[in-house]
Amino acid sequence: MNHERNMICVCEEHSGLCCTRIENLGVRIGDVTILRDVNLHVHCGEFTAIIGPNGAGKTTLLKAILGEVKHTGHLRFMRSTGTAKERPVTGYVPQNLNLDPTSPTSVLDLYAVCRSRSPVWLHIPKRVEQRARECLARAEADHLLYKRLGALSGGELQRVLLSLALDPVPELLLLDEPVSGIDQKGLEMFYGLLSDIRRNYDLSIIMVSHDLDLVARHADRLVLLNGTVLDSGTPREVMEGESFRKVFAGMR
Amino acid sequence: MGMELWYRLVDLLPFEWAVPGKMLFMKNALLAVLLLAPIFGILGTMVVNRQMAFFSDALGHGAFTGIVIGGLAGFMQPLWSAVIFSIVFSVGISVVHHKTKMSSDTIIGVFSSIAVAAGIFLATAGGKSFARLNSYLAGSILSVTPSEIGVIAIMLVIVILFWFIFFNKLLFASINEVLARSRGVRTFWLETLFSAAIAVLVTVSMSWIGLLVINSFLVLPAAAARNIARSQKQYHMIAVSVSLFSGVSGLIASYYTETASGATIVLIAAVIFFATLFMRRLRA
Repeated sequence: MNHERNMICVCEEHSGLCCTRIENLGVRIGDVTILRDVNLHVHCGEFTAIIGPNGAGKTTLLKAILGEVKHTGHLRFMRSTGTAKERPVTGYVPQNLNLDPTSPTSVLDLYAVCRSRSPVWLHIPKRVEQRARECLARAEADHLLYKRLGALSGGELQRVLLSLALDPVPELLLLDEPVSGIDQKGLEMFYGLLSDIRRNYDLSIIMVSHDLDLVARHADRLVLLNGTVLDSGTPREVMEGESFRKVFAGMR
Repeated sequence: MGMELWYRLVDLLPFEWAVPGKMLFMKNALLAVLLLAPIFGILGTMVVNRQMAFFSDALGHGAFTGIVIGGLAGFMQPLWSAVIFSIVFSVGISVVHHKTKMSSDTIIGVFSSIAVAAGIFLATAGGKSFARLNSYLAGSILSVTPSEIGVIAIMLVIVILFWFIFFNKLLFASINEVLARSRGVRTFWLETLFSAAIAVLVTVSMSWIGLLVINSFLVLPAAAARNIARSQKQYHMIAVSVSLFSGVSGLIASYYTETASGATIVLIAAVIFFATLFMRRLRA
């Protein structure tokens, strides 16, 4: 119930972000050019998937949007009124966590360090616990509240991280999909959730993706990246294009 | 005076050294351990979380060099120069690690051995004997003075405050730095502060616990707790309990076995570690 109220006020408060424009973006790390002349236009309410071969710079592009790596060119966030906007509220779902599997960190601990000030080593108040449960429920992960992060399956962890990225509801949701470790059922479920989220919330989704079949079914737009944008458009357009055939020759 | 009250309390214990007016060094040591153990237990949890056991070990070596330098420069209290040196040393390692692509393993190994070499070199320069520094290697908590106990108490209060304010952010950064930064956590600054805290703790306690075993006292309670804890709260409660138990029982045992207290404490913590490891295997 609570999150429905959230949703409504989010749409009222910052129906702000209309689109994200990436103009001539380039990233060099040391002597290596990782991205060059990247031009992208991500519309509000759209689910944009970034695909490309290994080492194409997909994760780097996400990190550039996050402000993690230095880049040339421009990143512009525009309001629906057409004016420029400061950094939007951004949710981020990382590829994985830097945890050893024995780490005594529960899902609730992770939620609390992210969303609460009460020191988790001493006490986590009941209201934080309640909020955590509601937040996890958005990604059908509320039953995992007391599980250790290290004991989660790849799909479960991804859903936990997604629910965290949705609290507070972002204007821009960035996802870096793990290359492996999630079973087919988990993947289907995750993409289904993303589709629901895109329908229910007013946000843009940019996802680095590895599953071409699922992307073809769920994404609004595909961006084929390999150092720069080779092609972009509807999944159908991109997957029938010449660039796609070249890059993924022999893979399908 | 607080110490008088403490002595009267300890004298209620059923030990041969717990008699009024005698063996004050043992009673001082007991109070020191009671205050020191929670600090090691608390900070150790994050040392293990962040997989920086090797790093904290290197900080001990840096602290040793600092003490040698402080002694050479003729400071009345080589400890303060050592504290400053090891803070600089820890920040140095962090900065080099950030600026280069070398693995932290290599960088720490390099810094650590340079520190030890420089310490021994300076300590023996001019044909001096190294023996006067032996006390830092094995350590002796029995040498702790009431005013030093005051310093430990202040450290404990500072660490608890620090943990109150910064723990969530530190843990978040250790789970995923990019995610933490995307939520406004300033990770580099926090990590440097944490390293400096470890540097101060290791330096100040080196003469009591002993350079050779101090890192184990930092790592073992947390490592033991990790075997059975399922949340950060349990992790802390167990780590601090293990630290307190091994600290107190190690000190008392060392009185009867006539061994170095630091090493005795660490051996007891090690036994607990293997016991919890066994428990984990049973449960799995």
